[in-house]
Amino acid sequence: MMQHLPILQVLLPLLAAPFAAMLRGRDVAWGIAFITTGTAFLISIALFLEQRALGTTMVYELGNWAAPIGIVYVIDAASALVLPVISGVGFIATLAARQLVAAEIDPRDHSLFYAAWLLTIAGMLGQVTTGDAFNIFVFLEISSLSAYALVAMGSGRDRRALPAAFNYLILGTVGATFYVIGLGLLYMLTGTLNLADLAERLPQVEETRAVFTAMAFIALGLFLKMALFPLHFWLVPAYAHAPSAVTALMASTATKVSVYVLIRLIFGVFGVEFPGLADAVGLAILTLGIAGAFVGTLAAIVETDLKKLFAQSSIAQLGYMAIGIGAMSATGLAAAFLHLFNHALMKGALFLAIGMIAAQAGRATMGTIQGAGKQIPITMTAILFGGLALIGVPLTAGFISKVYLVRALLEQNFWLLAGLTFISSALALAYVWKIIEAAWLQPRPAGAPELSETASQYVPAWIMVFATLGFGIYATPLVEAAFAAAHVFIPSTMGAN
Amino acid sequence: MQDDVVIRVVAKVMIPAVMLFALYVQFHGDYGPGGGFQAGVIFASAFVLNAVVFGLNKGRHVWPAKYNLIGICGGVLIYGFTGVGGMVLGENFLNFNVLSDDPIAGQHLGILLVEFGVGLTVAAVMVMLFFTFAGRLNHIRLLAKSDAHDRVVASKKVKK
Repeated sequence: MMQHLPILQVLLPLLAAPFAAMLRGRDVAWGIAFITTGTAFLISIALFLEQRALGTTMVYELGNWAAPIGIVYVIDAASALVLPVISGVGFIATLAARQLVAAEIDPRDHSLFYAAWLLTIAGMLGQVTTGDAFNIFVFLEISSLSAYALVAMGSGRDRRALPAAFNYLILGTVGATFYVIGLGLLYMLTGTLNLADLAERLPQVEETRAVFTAMAFIALGLFLKMALFPLHFWLVPAYAHAPSAVTALMASTATKVSVYVLIRLIFGVFGVEFPGLADAVGLAILTLGIAGAFVGTLAAIVETDLKKLFAQSSIAQLGYMAIGIGAMSATGLAAAFLHLFNHALMKGALFLAIGMIAAQAGRATMGTIQGAGKQIPITMTAILFGGLALIGVPLTAGFISKVYLVRALLEQNFWLLAGLTFISSALALAYVWKIIEAAWLQPRPAGAPELSETASQYVPAWIMVFATLGFGIYATPLVEAAFAAAHVFIPSTMGAN
Repeated sequence: MQDDVVIRVVAKVMIPAVMLFALYVQFHGDYGPGGGFQAGVIFASAFVLNAVVFGLNKGRHVWPAKYNLIGICGGVLIYGFTGVGGMVLGENFLNFNVLSDDPIAGQHLGILLVEFGVGLTVAAVMVMLFFTFAGRLNHIRLLAKSDAHDRVVASKKVKK
């Protein structure tokens, strides 16, 4: 059974989705989703522990067809690190979804909602697991198409979910098309789609224009998918108007998977020493990353809708991941993996807590939470801790990833960039303080809706908060895993570590 | 269109032929051009033709909406569990060799089942897409009517 874990990781949610759609009971559908995501989480932890224990790459051949002819699923240090993020957040979000979905979505749509929910999780897990470039595209489409549907399901409560989903669909499709155009060029040049095989054959054609065109298309398509500034305009309305459970799931996972695919393609296929890569793509990612960090943070400071505020802050956080990638070093990649992991935890905590407020009050704005610190102290404290982690305060997970990010920049003597990273992180204090001030220092206005909290409402968010604090205080195993993941792409002899 | 005797008779003759052809494309797909996707589209086109000629209501009568979900999900499950069959018999997912004593017969059986799953899902999705869009027609007509009504009311108000 153990050798089948890589395929079961993807297959389980994929085959549970049709059952959730056909059995038309809302509790049945939720039960299926809960059991499936829980099992998927256990599988991903088992895969992670096994990979860490063995230290090798596990390969699963579908239909016993060997690579490069067949499709293989590959569990190496990088995919083993990202799988628990997706399945773990998926599991906790499913736990919270029972209340959020009941409050926000028409009961007749619940079974279809959970079917799309499982499909999007299956698609994301598939993108991480597969070792085939075209298979990545297929799973990208599975996860994106179901995500468009999930965002559009917010229309029962908020009609603006429809144009948001439509924009997301158009731009997401453009991104996926760009990726597949680039892939088509690579296939034309090399005749293979297997990632490892591609990496072997590309050096023979590295000086051709077609390769550079392919690199540009793939990078641009994935920039769109990961919402790197200035290709991020689909993200804010999609997160703000989607059902709260969907926002929590997608903010923690959807863009992260694209970051992972970008790393896998740029470093795993082209390789860090590929001519022109560090100058062209690396510089572009660095510049756009730091610009995104500032634009996202500044936009978050002036935003009053909490979902939009933290969606803007996601743009900034994705900017930090991009800076880590753009540093083109082992430490930089490790920082990107660390931030990918940690940001999923903090954004999960924040959006689950905000979702519980939005599910009660209809919307979660600065006005809604004004003076709410006394009414719903436990939920607001979760938001406070999430915000502190976003700034990168010591003892939270956000601190660890920022430390390694700055270290990676200093290793390369990017003093200016390191300073700018520090400044933009400090600016995040402005929007977190804005929330603290509204929630605790201002009185609850007369006539404001009564907010309440029960254990089932704040427990999912607090699980994420405890994880954020846990990985902030005892970070060694995670840092080791992140460096192992980075060394998959940049061997340790080449980096500073 | 059902008033036109030529269209009605030709459609009645064509619909079974289209379905039969779809089945040919489906099950002959492993020897010649074809396969589940093409077959599914052809099979669905028989239902679309039926609805176009005899009207939406009669079309829905032949393919009730509850078939959609069963068809779509059923096809995926047939595909998936054919793959799981290989796993249960001790090999990797999607290994069809072990489905029969003879590996070639096993591959044949596996592909046949998998393609049937694809065909079922594609046919159901196609029919559902058609009825969903066609079903909007009445809704749009109603909207247009009420819109025209509003305009008449508004223009009368202006005249007063």
